[in-house]
Amino acid sequence: MPRLSATALHDVRFTLNGRPARVAAEPRLLATDALRHGLGLTGTHVGCEHGVCGACTILIDGVPARACLTLAVQFEGRDVRTVEGLAPSPDRLSVLQEAFRRHHALHCGFCTAGILMSVDAFLKTTPDPDEHLVREVVGGHLCRCTGYSAIVAAVLDAAAILRGDGSNV
Amino acid sequence: MKPAAFDFVRAETLEEALETLASHGGDARVIAGGQSLLPMLNMRLAKPAVLVDIMGLPALRAIRREGDAIVVPAGVRQAELLASAEIAAQPLLAAALPFLGHYQTRSRGTVCGSAAHADPSAEIPLCLVALGGEVRLRTRRKARRVKAADFFTGMMTTAKADDEMIEAVAFPVAQPGSAYAFKEYSRRHGDFAIVGCAARVASDAIDLAVCGVADTPERRSFPRLAGSALDDALNAFAWALDARDDLHASARLRRDLVRAMGRAVIEEAERCLA
Ligand code: FES
Ligand code: FES
Repeated sequence: MPRLSATALHDVRFTLNGRPARVAAEPRLLATDALRHGLGLTGTHVGCEHGVCGACTILIDGVPARACLTLAVQFEGRDVRTVEGLAPSPDRLSVLQEAFRRHHALHCGFCTAGILMSVDAFLKTTPDPDEHLVREVVGGHLCRCTGYSAIVAAVLDAAAILRGDGSNV
Repeated sequence: MKPAAFDFVRAETLEEALETLASHGGDARVIAGGQSLLPMLNMRLAKPAVLVDIMGLPALRAIRREGDAIVVPAGVRQAELLASAEIAAQPLLAAALPFLGHYQTRSRGTVCGSAAHADPSAEIPLCLVALGGEVRLRTRRKARRVKAADFFTGMMTTAKADDEMIEAVAFPVAQPGSAYAFKEYSRRHGDFAIVGCAARVASDAIDLAVCGVADTPERRSFPRLAGSALDDALNAFAWALDARDDLHASARLRRDLVRAMGRAVIEEAERCLA
């Protein structure tokens, strides 16, 4: 039975945005800190560090997870995705990111990475959501700038484009 | 806001997990989804010496039907129960689960973890008490089953001993001739409920369970009352719960909510029955 000692660094291996990754972690290291400090991926933001704000949301095995409520050692063997993995190439945004830009769905952008990850997972299982459902999902995040309406509009627009019946302006 | 140091055990068998709990007692904690435990660790409200990760145990991952019960083992995430075929057999669970935390926490948090955490306003404990469910506990040496009403002993405290882990919880399926309804009041969808109400109505009886008011979810049974007789019964229940004032709501608001939402869930269940 693997027992990871509190005071040692342990080699954690997982898949990060489609590529093999590893990080050295004490058991108490939060996934947020492993990503940001250990791996230099600062796209995942940290707001509250106790699961309330949603800024740190990432995907683990395709489902949303608060990275601040995840231990780095829990990444072992998992498929982890962060906002850095959303864009198809360095000079192109994803459909969802593009919709956020078009709708001014981010102002300061602090909350944005988490919301993009939640919604990315949500639209894969729910390609044709109504506004009420979108509001429920976005309700798992705090945004102090936008008032949420632009975010909801961007999500609904992105969903329509991804289904192939969008206006794509 | 960082956890204190702990050893991390990746259990590969249930026996290993139970062995670790047996040898460390109250210094060891089970971690499954971590959605209740990690906030406690981050805020250092809990400082266990050892965490035992049980998510690698395949036997704990499958929901099953056992006669008249939906059995949900300790590795089942809340979103998995919500998406399961089994949940159709218990409409109260189907109604309450979408209110449990957020989309982003249900995808990680487990059903049994919520029962173990025993927050007075949580939906899983409420459903267990409302339905007369049970909690299945196990140590290295023995297993026992505790009725939900006896399991929740106080605010964030349960009848689980230090060397025990919750192996599963069991929710009775809908009884023929009964209808169920659920409502909760919170500031925003996904926040902790200020008050939550769950009702079962049958031809000759009403069960009403309430969370967020007393230290544990509480259930009362009434005959099929209506009109002012029902008002009186709800008023007596509301006062008996010994509501307290806190940052989120006054005791008076909580009593009002028990009276108003209690009636609303009972009436909704009555409509379903008709
Ligand atoms: S930083 Fe994780 S939810 Fe706020
Ligand atoms: S854009 Fe500033 S917090 Fe959301």
